Amino acid sequence: MTSTPSLDVRGLAYAYPDGHQALFGVDLTIGRGERVALLGPNGAGKTTLVLHLNGILAAGAGSVTVAGLPVGKKHMAEIRRKVGIVFQDPDDQLFMPTVREDVAFGPASAGLRGAALDAVVERALEKVGMAGYADRPPHHLSFGQRRRVAVATVLATEPEILVLDEPSSNLDPASRRELADVLRSLDVTVLMVTHDLPYALELCPRSLVLSEGVIAADGPTREILSDEELMTRHRLELPFGFVPGSVA
Amino acid sequence: MGAGHAHKLYRRGDSPVHGLPPHTKLVAVLGFVLVVVTTPREAVWAFAGYAALLAAVAALARVPVGFLLRRLAIEVPFVAFALLMPFVVPGEQTTVLGVAVSVPGLWGAWNILAKGTLGVAASVLLAATTELRGLILGLQRLGLPSLLVQIASFMIRYGDVVTDEMRRMSIARRSRGFEARGVRHWGVLAKSAGALFIRSYERGERVHLAMVSRGYTGTMPLLDERPADRAQWAAALALPLAALPICLLALLG
Ligand SMILES: Nc1ncnc2c1ncn2[C@@H]1O[C@H](COP(=O)(O)OP(=O)(O)OP(=O)(O)O)[C@@H](O)[C@H]1O
Ligand SMILES: [Mg+2]
Repeated sequence: MTSTPSLDVRGLAYAYPDGHQALFGVDLTIGRGERVALLGPNGAGKTTLVLHLNGILAAGAGSVTVAGLPVGKKHMAEIRRKVGIVFQDPDDQLFMPTVREDVAFGPASAGLRGAALDAVVERALEKVGMAGYADRPPHHLSFGQRRRVAVATVLATEPEILVLDEPSSNLDPASRRELADVLRSLDVTVLMVTHDLPYALELCPRSLVLSEGVIAADGPTREILSDEELMTRHRLELPFGFVPGSVA
Repeated sequence: MGAGHAHKLYRRGDSPVHGLPPHTKLVAVLGFVLVVVTTPREAVWAFAGYAALLAAVAALARVPVGFLLRRLAIEVPFVAFALLMPFVVPGEQTTVLGVAVSVPGLWGAWNILAKGTLGVAASVLLAATTELRGLILGLQRLGLPSLLVQIASFMIRYGDVVTDEMRRMSIARRSRGFEARGVRHWGVLAKSAGALFIRSYERGERVHLAMVSRGYTGTMPLLDERPADRAQWAAALALPLAALPICLLALLG
């Protein structure tokens, strides 16, 4: 390894306050610029893991390191800026009255103002192809547009790693493809939680399988999706008629 | 501005009145209302003067009279109350069209009607020329506590989301054969309201999570700074300043 990895998780374990243990020692490393899919059945602990990446949940045991910086109280502001999480429901993510204010929220919280702030907002919206929508209220946008604005709100803080929880859910095929184009055009590290296996294959050369709170597999996406025994063991199923080996 | 938060009272336009920074307009309306309220009710001519000032502002803002009058309908409940006063207020009696009414009651009714109408008309003009978002930012500039500003902002943002959720729940109820008819069904409606509350509460938690993830530490960054220059303040305050001499004359007269 030449450069520090974007994300390094070591022995991460976590139990919810009600006693339910969701993570049992997760280990993973994601290098700078990689695009990695995080697969796993419902309840595997994917969202729980994601909430550890920017310190919303504090590890019961183990550690999370983002670009060499340990996640913890000491560097919280810095960590929150470096880890951009796009949540599943854009209505939760977009909480300001206009698109512009929403995209500006992160950088403005970090102290940016005036022309510099405007430039950052402009650039982030351009990256997701939503430059013309700055003054619209989020609830007047289509679901796919809202999802893209949600990505922009996070890009505006120039994160080290972009984490998306189910980015393709509820999107029609065209919006799904548009989002894929956006994600492919970015040069940030991406960790994508998804149940959409063809999407993972299309966008992420590498996949991790999280199952029952541990990483059960880590390898090239095509190999993982082709391993029928592994797939069945972890309740992963390809859509009808989809053959991973046959996709270019 | 694009399709911002158009509320029912707002009327898109690019008149000089629309262009003034919201907080200057807020101060102007407040000043105007204070002057109007201070005016003794016996100075009937003064109220005609105020009405003329508002008419001038409406013309400048290109807000049609019909629009203004229709929006004044919010006032109707107060009008009803005012109309009762001549009949219920005790005091010296007089007859109007053969009906006995009280003189203090009549003056009381006039007082409410005249001042209320002027106040509402000024507010309607403010609302017609200022977007909701601008109003809230204006209040923030004027020192409204940040927490209240945040609450108001979230109400604008999530009002539609919650109404939509309510509508979906209603559709789901009706799709399963439920029609609310009478008291027997109130239990179901109450349970839906409870579910709506919990959903909104949980959404609140998720939104908070999203905010914290983007560096929220308790205060909203103030964006969209729109400081007012001297000319804008002068333009906005022209309304209360023109009303002031009328009031002074009425007080002296
Ligand atoms: N707030 C909570 N309190 C207690 N247990 C929880 C809480 N949130 C999640 N869990 C439990 O932790 C486990 C992991 O949940 P998590 O949401 O991380 O799964 P997931 O992999 O994201 O699933 P999905 O694919 O359905 O989104 C589940 O068994 C879930 O029931
Ligand atoms: Mg999840």
